Amino acid sequence: MKILVGYKRVVDYNVRIQVKPDGSGVVTDGVKLSPNPFDDIALEEALRLRDQGVATEVVVATIAPANAQAHLRNGLAMGANRALHVVADQPVQPLTAARTFLKLIEKEQPDLVILGKQAIDDDANQTGQMLATLWGRPQATFASKLAIEGGKATVTREVDAGLETLEVDLPAVVTTDLRLNEPRFIKLPDIMKAKSKPLETIPFADLGVESGDFLETTGHAAPPKRSKGVMVKDAAELVAMLKEKGLL
Amino acid sequence: MSNVLIVAEHLDGRLNGSTAKCVSAAQALSPDTIDIVVLAADPASVAAEAAKLAGVRKVLTVANEANAHPLAQVLGPQVVKLAEGYSHVFGPSTTFGKDLMPVVAALLGTAQVSDVMTVESSHEFTRPIYAGNAIITVKAPADRPVVATVRTASWREAARDGDAVVEEISVEADLPAHTRFVELAAGSSDRPDLQSAKRVVSGGRGVGSEENFRIIFDFADKLGAAVGASRAAVDAGYVPNELQVGQTGKIIAPELYIAIGISGAIQHLTGIKDAGTIVAINKDPDSAIFEIADIGLVGDLFKVLPELEAAL
Ligand SMILES: Cc1cc2nc3c(=O)[nH]c(=O)nc-3n(C[C@H](O)[C@H](O)[C@H](O)COP(=O)(O)OP(=O)(O)OC[C@H]3O[C@@H](n4cnc5c(N)ncnc54)[C@H](O)[C@@H]3O)c2cc1C
Ligand SMILES: Nc1ncnc2c1ncn2[C@@H]1O[C@H](COP(=O)(O)O)[C@@H](O)[C@H]1O
Repeated sequence: MKILVGYKRVVDYNVRIQVKPDGSGVVTDGVKLSPNPFDDIALEEALRLRDQGVATEVVVATIAPANAQAHLRNGLAMGANRALHVVADQPVQPLTAARTFLKLIEKEQPDLVILGKQAIDDDANQTGQMLATLWGRPQATFASKLAIEGGKATVTREVDAGLETLEVDLPAVVTTDLRLNEPRFIKLPDIMKAKSKPLETIPFADLGVESGDFLETTGHAAPPKRSKGVMVKDAAELVAMLKEKGLL
Repeated sequence: MSNVLIVAEHLDGRLNGSTAKCVSAAQALSPDTIDIVVLAADPASVAAEAAKLAGVRKVLTVANEANAHPLAQVLGPQVVKLAEGYSHVFGPSTTFGKDLMPVVAALLGTAQVSDVMTVESSHEFTRPIYAGNAIITVKAPADRPVVATVRTASWREAARDGDAVVEEISVEADLPAHTRFVELAAGSSDRPDLQSAKRVVSGGRGVGSEENFRIIFDFADKLGAAVGASRAAVDAGYVPNELQVGQTGKIIAPELYIAIGISGAIQHLTGIKDAGTIVAINKDPDSAIFEIADIGLVGDLFKVLPELEAAL
């Protein structure tokens, strides 16, 4: 069984992103870039399935500018067998990402595709659902548990009401939630080994993807700031203040 | 001219409050019509609730055993069949809407605007990116339907003084059999719902254990509040996942939010930025939560909470 994993490079989750004063964008020059945390979880899950003997091959894929090679080497160091680098100079929106992944699926014929539930830069939470739709295959989003047996996946999903379990036929698209697993740390020797693993670069234009980048961003603003409040010295003062505000 | 179709969210025959919030967002478009579609095995009770929402013209009901559980790949093709003639298709930015609406958008061959905070014009909206650290204005194309999810924390529920027509319809769509519902393990609770509660008390890693969380629940009960938690508290198994507040959990806007033993990571703060008053109780005076709290109290939660209960 082959697993294709979405592996996006994003601004590290610890970076407090700032809007440029003129509203033309956010400051990304020189900020730390990392794998999208949900994609690290996606890759970890795929590797565990390979460790268990369920999967035989794990392929990571990214759509990113040419300078994202080190990012993919990271995925290879974590344990992926191969990497696909779709080279696109500009960021792509979820529909375009889904259409691109569909092309990769046609090429790779995976039995399972695991993506993150959301990329923490655009916070869109769309690509996996769109991909499943275009592919005409099942989707199981926000997974916190995944078991594979007999051509089927049983997926527990974190939904607002609690935990939902679905059974889906393979191939399928699964998107990860935070509690699916804890990604492993990369060991130094693996970084060396990753250097010789296959990394295929594919110019975006070669895939013949029809762009779905229909949304135009016309402005950026900093979120409204909450002003720093007051400190109270004890419980009695807190209760008094809440009563005064009519909150109790 | 805008005509909006809203996909109703419901569970156990009850309409979710998120649908009333979608109606408010739709109203902000000053549309010609707002219709709601209820897809269910037995939509009657949900449709009756939806028909009361102010400004709604029609509630369309699609009764089908296949709609007993909200499977996105089953609901999506039906919504798309019904979407013809509408300029906008809205769903809530809850796990239901996040799962379903991109399916609708992909079938319509269009993009989706996620987490609509404000409506600037019929095709321009604001939405958060980078865990809410930036708000962007996005313009959707005029020659395609607008598919969007509505950020529930940004909108009030529409009034319930309406009287819309309920219309039963059937939809011819190929529904896949590749996805089967197995079960829903819902945390049963008599407490107010986290997403709509006026008051929320949340506990973090500082609470220390599942047993200790009892004091958070007790305190919340005293206030008639819903209970929330940080990711760390959920990861550690103190409370179930549906209580997580934040970027990847629930985004909420209660009148009063009390954060107890929570440090104030940006991913958590994203979930509470729209709260009326934020109270923080933390033993570390340098904790980031105090940067945004309206009222802060430095102290050990195990000492402060009993005192608070006594002072109530
Ligand atoms: C992709 C991604 C998504 C995330 N999404 C979310 C999300 O949706 N929601 C979320 O909450 N987090 C999220 N996180 C995690 C987030 O970064 C923080 O790790 C998390 O919020 C920390 O939880 P905490 O404040 O409970 O724990 P900690 O940061 O460990 O803070 C515990 C606090 O308790 C205080 N404390 C300890 N003992 C006491 C006591 N006896 N009395 C009073 N105070 C005490 C300490 O001073 C400390 O400030 C996400 C992270 C990532 C990478
Ligand atoms: N440019 C990209 N490169 C690789 N994976 C991507 C890309 N865009 C989206 N994805 C995948 O889709 C998931 C959801 O992204 P989004 O819909 O943008 O929130 C991510 O976690 C990735 O797994």
